[in-house]
Amino acid sequence: MWKARTEDKPVTVPTPAAGSPAPGASVSAAPAPRPAPTPRAGENFRGEMAHIGKSVLIKGELSGSEDLYLDGEVEGNVDLKQHCLTIGPHGRVRANLRAREIVVHGKVDGNISGEKVELKKSAILMGDISTQRIVIEEGAYFKGAIDIQKEPRGDNKREIAVASTPGSALDFSEPAMPLLEKKI
Amino acid sequence: MAESLMRFFRKENESASTQGPLTALSAERIARHSTGFEAFSAHIAGSEGLTVLDLGPTSPRNIQYLTSLGHKLYNVDVLAGAADPTLSVPAEGGGSTLDVERFLAENVNFRGRKFDAVLCWDVADYLQEILVRPLVERIHGALNPGGVLLGFFHTRDAGPDAPYYRYHITSASELELQPARKRRLQRVFNNRHIENLFGEYRSLKFFLARDFLREVLVVR
Repeated sequence: MWKARTEDKPVTVPTPAAGSPAPGASVSAAPAPRPAPTPRAGENFRGEMAHIGKSVLIKGELSGSEDLYLDGEVEGNVDLKQHCLTIGPHGRVRANLRAREIVVHGKVDGNISGEKVELKKSAILMGDISTQRIVIEEGAYFKGAIDIQKEPRGDNKREIAVASTPGSALDFSEPAMPLLEKKI
Repeated sequence: MAESLMRFFRKENESASTQGPLTALSAERIARHSTGFEAFSAHIAGSEGLTVLDLGPTSPRNIQYLTSLGHKLYNVDVLAGAADPTLSVPAEGGGSTLDVERFLAENVNFRGRKFDAVLCWDVADYLQEILVRPLVERIHGALNPGGVLLGFFHTRDAGPDAPYYRYHITSASELELQPARKRRLQRVFNNRHIENLFGEYRSLKFFLARDFLREVLVVR
C-alpha cells in the first residue's frame, strides 16, 4: 500500500556533458550518463565578459563597451563607461578606473569612479572612490577618500553594505564621566 | 616616570611580540558605550557634507555610518603604514630609526585636503614615539578651525598587555571593539602629556571609562 510506485519516481533526462559526441554521432559504447556540471556563478560571469589573464601587462589607455575581467597588470587608465569591470585576485592596476560597476579582488593604485563599487575581502585600494553605492567586505584594505554621490533622478537612497560578522554584545563599560575640560 | 613606564612596557612586550604569528582578525566583538564618541557625533551630526578623517584600519561599518550621514570620508591606517619595515633607516649614533618624512609623505599626505573631524582612536598609544608629534602636527595643519579630534588613551591600569582593538561605529554613542593583530602598547600618556601633545589646539575634554581608556575630544 505504501510502496512507492516506479512511475511516481522523477524522471531524469541525462544531459550530454561538455565534449560528448553530438546526438546521432556514431559511438561504440554509450558513456554512462553524468549529471551536467553546474557552472559556478563566477565562471558563468567570467564567460560572458572579456578576459585579460594574469600574465598580461598593458600600459596605456584601455576602453571598451563590454564587461571586462582583468586579472593582469595595467598601468594607465581604464574606461568602460556603462559596463562592469572586475579586477581579479591577481590583478595589479596602477590606473584610474571608470565603469558602471567595479568589483575589486586584487590591488588597485588609482581612483575609482562608478555607480557601484565593491571591495572584496582580498582587495587593496589606494585611491579615492566616487560612487553612489559601495560594498566593502571585512578584510579589505582601503587608503583614500570616499565620496558617496547622490543618485540622479531625485532618488537619494544610498546603498552602503557592510559584510561583517556580528559579534558578541558584552557591554563592560558604563557611560563615561567628563573629568575635566581644559581650555588652552 | 613616563620614560620608565615606556621601558617597562617595551621589556614586557619584547617576548610577547616574538611569540608566533600575529593574531588574525577576530569575529568576536565587544559592544561599548563611548561618551567621547557621543560628543564627537554631536559635532558632526548638525551639518551634511563634512570631511572626516579616520586614522584606524578600514572599517566597513565606519564608512557606512559616516557616509550615511552625508559626510565624505578619508581613511588611512597609520599604524599599518608605520609598520612598513622599509621606513627603518640607520641612525646617526648607530642603531636604526624611522624615516619620519617618508612616513608623513606616504601616509598623511592629504594633498591640500582639509578635514572637519578626525577619528584618531588609540593610534597615539601604539605609534612609535618618533612619529607621534609629527603626526599630531600634520593633523593640526589639515584640520579646519573648530574641527574636532577624538583620541583614546590607555591609563596606566590598562597594563602592558592591553589588547589592541579595532573600533567600529554602531551608533552615535556605541562602538564595537574587535580584537585585532597584536600590537605593542608604546607608552601611557597622562593628562599632562596629552595636554602638551595637543598644545596647539583650542580645547580638550577628557572622559574616563571603566575599561582603562581615557577618551579625549580635542577642538582645533
